[in-house]
Amino acid sequence: MAVLRSRLDTASAEYAADREAMLGALEPLAALAATVHAAGGERPVARHRQRGKLLARERVDLLLDEDAPFLELSAFAGAHDPETEQPGARVITGIGPVSGVECMVVANEATVKGGSVSPAGVAKQLRALEIAERNRLPVVSLVESGGADLPRQADIFVPGGRTFRDLSRLSAQGIPTIALVFGSSTAGGAYVPGMSEHTVFVAGAASVYLGGPPLVKMATGEDTDDETLGGADMHARVSGLADHLAVDERDAIRIGRQIVADLGWRKAGPPPALPADEPRYPAEELLGCAAADPKRAVEVREVLARVLDGSRFDEFKPLYGTTLVTGWGSIGGRPVGVLANNGILFSEESNKGAHFIQLANARDTPLLFVQNITGFMVGTAAERGGIIKDGAKLINAVSNSSVPHLTLMVGASYGAGNYGMSGRAYDPRFVFTWPSHRIAVMGGPQLAGVMSIVQRGAAQRAGRPYDDATDAQVRAMTEAMIDAQSGALYATGRGWDDGVIDPRHTRTVLALALSAVHSAPVRGTTSYAPFRM
Amino acid sequence: MSPVTAIRTLLVANRGEIARRVFRTASAMGIRTVAVHSDPDAHAPHVLDADRAVSLGGSTPAESYLDAAKILDAARRAGADAVHPGYGFLAENAGFAAACAAAGLVFVGPSPESIAAMGRKDRAKEIARKAGVPVLPDAPVTGDDPDGWAVAGADVGFPLLVKATAGGGGKGMRLVTGPDGLAEAITGARREAAGAFGDAAVFLERHLGFARHVEVQVFGDVHGGAVHLGERECSVQRRHQKVLEESPSPAVTPELRERMGATAVALVRELGYVGAGTVEFLLDEDGDFFFLEMNTRLQVEHPVTEEVYGLDLVRMQLRVAAGEPLGLDRAPEPRGHAIEVRLYAEDPANGYLPAPGPLHHYAHPTHPGVRFEDGVAAPGEVSPFYDPMLAKVVAHAPTRAEAAAMLAGALDATEVHGPVTNRAMLAALLRDPDFLAGETRTDFLDRHPVLLAPPPPTPEVVHLGAAVAVTAARRRAADPVTSLAPPGFRLLPGSAPATARWTPIGGEPADVGYRLGAAFGDTALTVTVGGTTTELGLRDLGPDGVRVVHDGVAVPCIVRVHPDGSVWVNDPAAQSGWRPEPRLPDPELSAAAAGPVAEVPGTVAAVLVAAGDQVTAGQKLVVLEAMKMEHPATAAADGVVAAVHVEPGQYVEAHTVLVTLTTGPTA
Repeated sequence: MAVLRSRLDTASAEYAADREAMLGALEPLAALAATVHAAGGERPVARHRQRGKLLARERVDLLLDEDAPFLELSAFAGAHDPETEQPGARVITGIGPVSGVECMVVANEATVKGGSVSPAGVAKQLRALEIAERNRLPVVSLVESGGADLPRQADIFVPGGRTFRDLSRLSAQGIPTIALVFGSSTAGGAYVPGMSEHTVFVAGAASVYLGGPPLVKMATGEDTDDETLGGADMHARVSGLADHLAVDERDAIRIGRQIVADLGWRKAGPPPALPADEPRYPAEELLGCAAADPKRAVEVREVLARVLDGSRFDEFKPLYGTTLVTGWGSIGGRPVGVLANNGILFSEESNKGAHFIQLANARDTPLLFVQNITGFMVGTAAERGGIIKDGAKLINAVSNSSVPHLTLMVGASYGAGNYGMSGRAYDPRFVFTWPSHRIAVMGGPQLAGVMSIVQRGAAQRAGRPYDDATDAQVRAMTEAMIDAQSGALYATGRGWDDGVIDPRHTRTVLALALSAVHSAPVRGTTSYAPFRM
Repeated sequence: MSPVTAIRTLLVANRGEIARRVFRTASAMGIRTVAVHSDPDAHAPHVLDADRAVSLGGSTPAESYLDAAKILDAARRAGADAVHPGYGFLAENAGFAAACAAAGLVFVGPSPESIAAMGRKDRAKEIARKAGVPVLPDAPVTGDDPDGWAVAGADVGFPLLVKATAGGGGKGMRLVTGPDGLAEAITGARREAAGAFGDAAVFLERHLGFARHVEVQVFGDVHGGAVHLGERECSVQRRHQKVLEESPSPAVTPELRERMGATAVALVRELGYVGAGTVEFLLDEDGDFFFLEMNTRLQVEHPVTEEVYGLDLVRMQLRVAAGEPLGLDRAPEPRGHAIEVRLYAEDPANGYLPAPGPLHHYAHPTHPGVRFEDGVAAPGEVSPFYDPMLAKVVAHAPTRAEAAAMLAGALDATEVHGPVTNRAMLAALLRDPDFLAGETRTDFLDRHPVLLAPPPPTPEVVHLGAAVAVTAARRRAADPVTSLAPPGFRLLPGSAPATARWTPIGGEPADVGYRLGAAFGDTALTVTVGGTTTELGLRDLGPDGVRVVHDGVAVPCIVRVHPDGSVWVNDPAAQSGWRPEPRLPDPELSAAAAGPVAEVPGTVAAVLVAAGDQVTAGQKLVVLEAMKMEHPATAAADGVVAAVHVEPGQYVEAHTVLVTLTTGPTA
């Protein structure tokens, strides 16, 4: 195979500036991570520990195999809305091996508002279950939640019900579901163990019931207490809701690991078949592989040279449609077809991309999309050349492709370029972004400029005077608003991706994601919409 | 002149290193070898070394290696014509020697009469006096009258030792510094002697405060030949048992050697002694020596004499037993210096407590000039039934200092995984300045307590780091799905380090936080133990070892993980054993959390326990009667009854909790 040769000048001022900018963009990430790690803060955490309980992250760490990786997902969900949400949305989701089986782990963060579910938390959990279903990952729920955040029930109740439906549908598809209940899991929350195939309750701690003692008193006049009404012992011996009674939290986790070990789970996708050697260039240099100035073009092969196994990459049509780089490589020993932007998409690039996607489907090879795209070319030449028709071919291929897609967004993700490159709406199995990533229908200045031109035209047609000072003010405000809503942190807070990552982790993250998608069968399609010729 | 009897098949009535030692020489001499063994020794190395092996059955020495009848039967079955008793067990049992002769077997050792004469200390001293051998003042202890004892004590003079007349090996021995403690010491010594030797007789003997233990190797043959092979010094002892032996003694001049040797030979002649023997003396500061006792067998420490004199003492024993002449008028010139240490499975820091148990791994270097006499092989077991000696290690060099350095180096490179051993103590002893100055007295170890738990030559964190890194590397390599990710990969910056709890073998558990950069090759490891964080560099990390860089110095560490989960680290200077504690301990049966419930509705027929009772898993607690059947409710795990909720005759619904149990380590 061909080996990519880097031309990155790490001694250049440009590289230094790009690197500096990326390190700067990582700082707010670290600050958010600190907030996530602090969970409910010192006092709730201390209170939680005093009750002999483990923190959610400690439970996850103990559940996972020792020294194993955890591909945390949507870690900063809710971060766009500091008024009503906590970064992370009071729940931890992610993929990691349990007894040698990659599982989707969903853990309530009980030290934040009792682990009650927020609107962003509902969306995050549903995304986790969606990933579990599409990739056939067993689900392990580490439950301790006070249920819905009642003041926000209007944003939770209706969508939240899907959680239990999803659990049931996973189960029906042969995907195991396991619930370890560490604390309260009441009302709707009671259906998490209720819908799970295997349940483990911690003695003296789990309490699972539809209505708590006050509600029962209100409804029937019966006087009761938590333990009698829905204690672990009762559920293990009487109701049968608990399959296993655990002495303590560690025991529950031990039993949970045993349940997974006993699943006899086998991944449906093929195992790695190629060498998984490290790239020839250090991951550290990925910090300088995205342009600090979004207008400056960067060479996307520099990213590939630091991500693909052994920096090996066999290009497809290297001389045709050169702003879309396509070719074959592997990550973690698993073959992957790569489509990576090296500039604006023209007709040739669109046709080349559509062709390449069909090839990957014919070979059952997963696809990696590396987005740095400001969109399809505009202008009369482009339109006369059929850019819409050709873009439609690309979008047709992307939409109907059935091999797993991984999408990595390293810079711009604007306009229909996002669609053609398997943006979130096109159901890639995973979307990860770099902190340098921007996502919107178009860039802030462009959008503000377009609006200004349109309004100036409207004023002229109406014969109204157009105030240049007001125009400048409106343009600046628009630009600022668009900028604020297209940044990587805003996007990840909204759940437009599965996580914003340190560029240095790119290879590891993609390898873990690629491994996870191989839990499900990897099968291409030959069935597309008619290609407009 | 007795006829020469060729020995064709030799049974060794012993086990461990001495059996192997005898087999080695016998095989070289063209003699077929027969091993005997107890049940726990069925796969022991001495059994595998021999041409034939016969099971004695039993586990304790009394049931096996001390059972003369079984051994004679084994000799008959295997067609042996001679028996070598080794040391210990039946080696100095006159009855056994006589029984061998009666069965027509050559006993490789002295006559039953010689054994009997030297076996009782009072008689031995009497004969020694007759032969002109200097002895310490002594007095017999007779009767039960403490006043009489006091007179005897005053005659002997203090300090004195109360010794078992039939004794040896430090049993039934008491040191008395003044008249006050005498009566108690005699009573205690008598009790111990009766238990150990079946003979409560004790006597008093003057104690030399600062003396050396120096013994002379002697040999006699049936033709009246007698020779001495110089001395061995065995002053370094623990609990009256030898730890280190050397030849020559740093305190013995050629003139003194001749005098002691001549004295010992005189005793041999007086006895008409045949075979290998050892005459033990105490040597005081003035060069005066006093007879202690004579051992009528091959000593544990015979190899130092072999090394210095270039002789095979087992070969000499076999030749003499066959009736051949010694062929030596006098000892050859000694060459250089030899030191032997005894490697024991025991804990010097804990009163030399024996440490039987599994032996996972045993390996020793093959340094020129260093001889290993080992009786164990790994994987195996250090049996609680026998002496916990693992091996004797002997170094021979032109000078004492060289021999000590070589021996210490060989011990450093010896790998013993499983039991606690005295290896580090021995290595430290061999490097101790006072030892190297030849200042060895019988109280050497008491005066150098630091040797019992010497500071490790390698910082503990280096070995811990190696254990943590290699076990993590192995786990990563074994990860079937995500082995590509670095150890403990977490997406979020500022994630907590991985944690584990490690217990040094023989130490206290410690929580360890760690971050490991990669699972193989060159990387870095940060470990935090007890609030101290150490940065370690790692080179060539792999599943079997790593070079750990600490403070700029790289230490090559070999790491082995054994079936019981213990992790052992060896570097060229040190060894340590570690146990990773399970992250998720299995608290036996989780269902035992609250106690048994009624499986069916019924009447309580019997309540078999009360609050506070200790119960074991499976124990019946309550019996219910329902549907004309008895239904016992049992304890799911060991625990304590916290409360009994029912009484006989009471009717209970199904699922009623009958008894509350507290289980787990707090119970």
